[in-house]
Amino acid sequence: MTALAEALRAAWRDPRGRTGAILLALIAGIALIGPALLPDPALQVDPVGAANLPPGPGHWLGSDALSRDVLSRVVSGARVSLAVSLVAVLLSVTLGAMVGLVSGYLGGAVDAGLMRLVDAALAIPRLFLLLLVLAAAERLALPVLILVIGTTGWFGTARLVRAEVLRLREEAYVRAAEALGAERRRVIFRHLLPNTLGPLLVAATLGIGDVILLEAGLSFLGLGVQPPTPSWGGMILDAKPVLVAAPWAGIFPGLAIVVTVLSANLFGDALRDAVDPRGA
Amino acid sequence: MSRVLDVENLRISFPSPNGGRFFAVDGLGFTLDRGETLALVGESGCGKSLTSLALLRLVPPPGRIESGSAIRLDGTDVLALEGEALRRIRGRRIGMIFQDPMTSLNPVFTVGNQIAEGIRAHFPVSRAEARDRSLRLLQEVGMPDPAARLDAYPHQLSGGMRQRVMIAIALAAEPEILVADEPTTALDVTVQAQILEVLDRLRDSHGMAVLLITHDLGIVAGRADRVAVMYAGQIVEEAPTARLFAQPSHPYTQGLFASVPRITGPVRRLNPIGGSVPPATAWPAGCRFRPRCPKAFARSETMPPLLPVGPGHRMRCWLAEEPGSP
Repeated sequence: MTALAEALRAAWRDPRGRTGAILLALIAGIALIGPALLPDPALQVDPVGAANLPPGPGHWLGSDALSRDVLSRVVSGARVSLAVSLVAVLLSVTLGAMVGLVSGYLGGAVDAGLMRLVDAALAIPRLFLLLLVLAAAERLALPVLILVIGTTGWFGTARLVRAEVLRLREEAYVRAAEALGAERRRVIFRHLLPNTLGPLLVAATLGIGDVILLEAGLSFLGLGVQPPTPSWGGMILDAKPVLVAAPWAGIFPGLAIVVTVLSANLFGDALRDAVDPRGA
Repeated sequence: MSRVLDVENLRISFPSPNGGRFFAVDGLGFTLDRGETLALVGESGCGKSLTSLALLRLVPPPGRIESGSAIRLDGTDVLALEGEALRRIRGRRIGMIFQDPMTSLNPVFTVGNQIAEGIRAHFPVSRAEARDRSLRLLQEVGMPDPAARLDAYPHQLSGGMRQRVMIAIALAAEPEILVADEPTTALDVTVQAQILEVLDRLRDSHGMAVLLITHDLGIVAGRADRVAVMYAGQIVEEAPTARLFAQPSHPYTQGLFASVPRITGPVRRLNPIGGSVPPATAWPAGCRFRPRCPKAFARSETMPPLLPVGPGHRMRCWLAEEPGSP
């Protein structure tokens, strides 16, 4: 695993990578412990008359149309957004890696079949696919939403891993392992998978930004995370009718999305350059 | 001595650019007895590495072993095996040392780990036991400071040390046959001698049969019991080593010896074989060496079989039947 550690070190030396990593760690830290520290429970409705208050003492980021503290909701929303994207990305990267490994290593009819499936899936826009599934269901529980996002995002990763495996398959040590009588499963998981971890990590990091945007978009359309669970996309949707009167209710969750996606992409870019310096 | 490997009429084909298939290895046959070393000698592209891969059924697609070929390992038909039965042969019955120790080790695992992999692929032993055996193997191949090297990554070792690791891996499952494909080509001359010495010692202590694949006649002398010379996918001459060196009979073999510089005797210009090996897609009809052969004659227009020259000595040349030759 030395190559991977080396890549992470190189990404850390890159100013983009370091900025992204620090910001991501900060956001993750806030998401983890923030809700416990904030006095105002995120979901509680204040007494009448506290709606649409501008930022100030008591409500540092103002309050929304339902008198809820925007700061509390942005922080709780971080938890939801990060959790959704982490689990969904983990799922899609795992699926993509499996399909790519099997397809690339076994080749032949298996490879042809799986890759045509991927081609077909890539021909349908992901958002359209998601809208189709989500519109069919009346109301989706959070785990189902994660499952749906995760299972529609692995096609590109599968291609990436397959290409890497096609290269690795020709490596002398893979042939040496086969000559030694190593089982197929063993060749795949011990000799191929560890050598694809670099590109996989890049795909995962860049995928996090994508999924946060996707989840925010779906929630904004009212199809993602369902109220009253706070999510950044849902908050912007809630703020839409009062965007002129109380812009803070929409601006701050929007800002949170921008900063999070930006830092994930910064880190992902730095990592990609570290894993594959030729592309820089 | 008992027969352990019997290869007959081995033909390996690849699709040719103009449709159809060409034969990179064409009707190869040889046998190997227990404790014996057979050297397979030839220029690059003559099909010797492909032959070694075929023994383990690792010919890379789209290459294909043609029907009619036979590889019998102690009576078992290797070409009929599939799946698990085939896996049990790889490493366990036939061990393989690859040419380039720089690329044949996985860079992300320690060498101890990779030796243990070969052991655990074939024996139901614990991790600790596999580690113990790996250490013993490293000692056996003469690795300096073996206990520390067990946890080293391949990039931390020199070329010679890596080749020792490769040998340890090949020996991990205690195979009956060791195939060494150009085991010293990638190494410095001084290290070459050390590695060959290790191979000789292990062959004798384990009683293995060795198939030594090389282009270097220098490492064959005094090491192999028999030599088979390959040219263009075929064996052109086969003889006990001493006899081949004393009396090379096939014009190609004679050409090989003439192109090796001599330390003793008068200094004279080397006499290389004219022309170059034709590609497998364009092998001439009749004797394949004919276009480059100084002794080609009318009968060379038809392909000669392997004809007897002397005891245990055969060559693929009609000259064997001409009076006064070779």
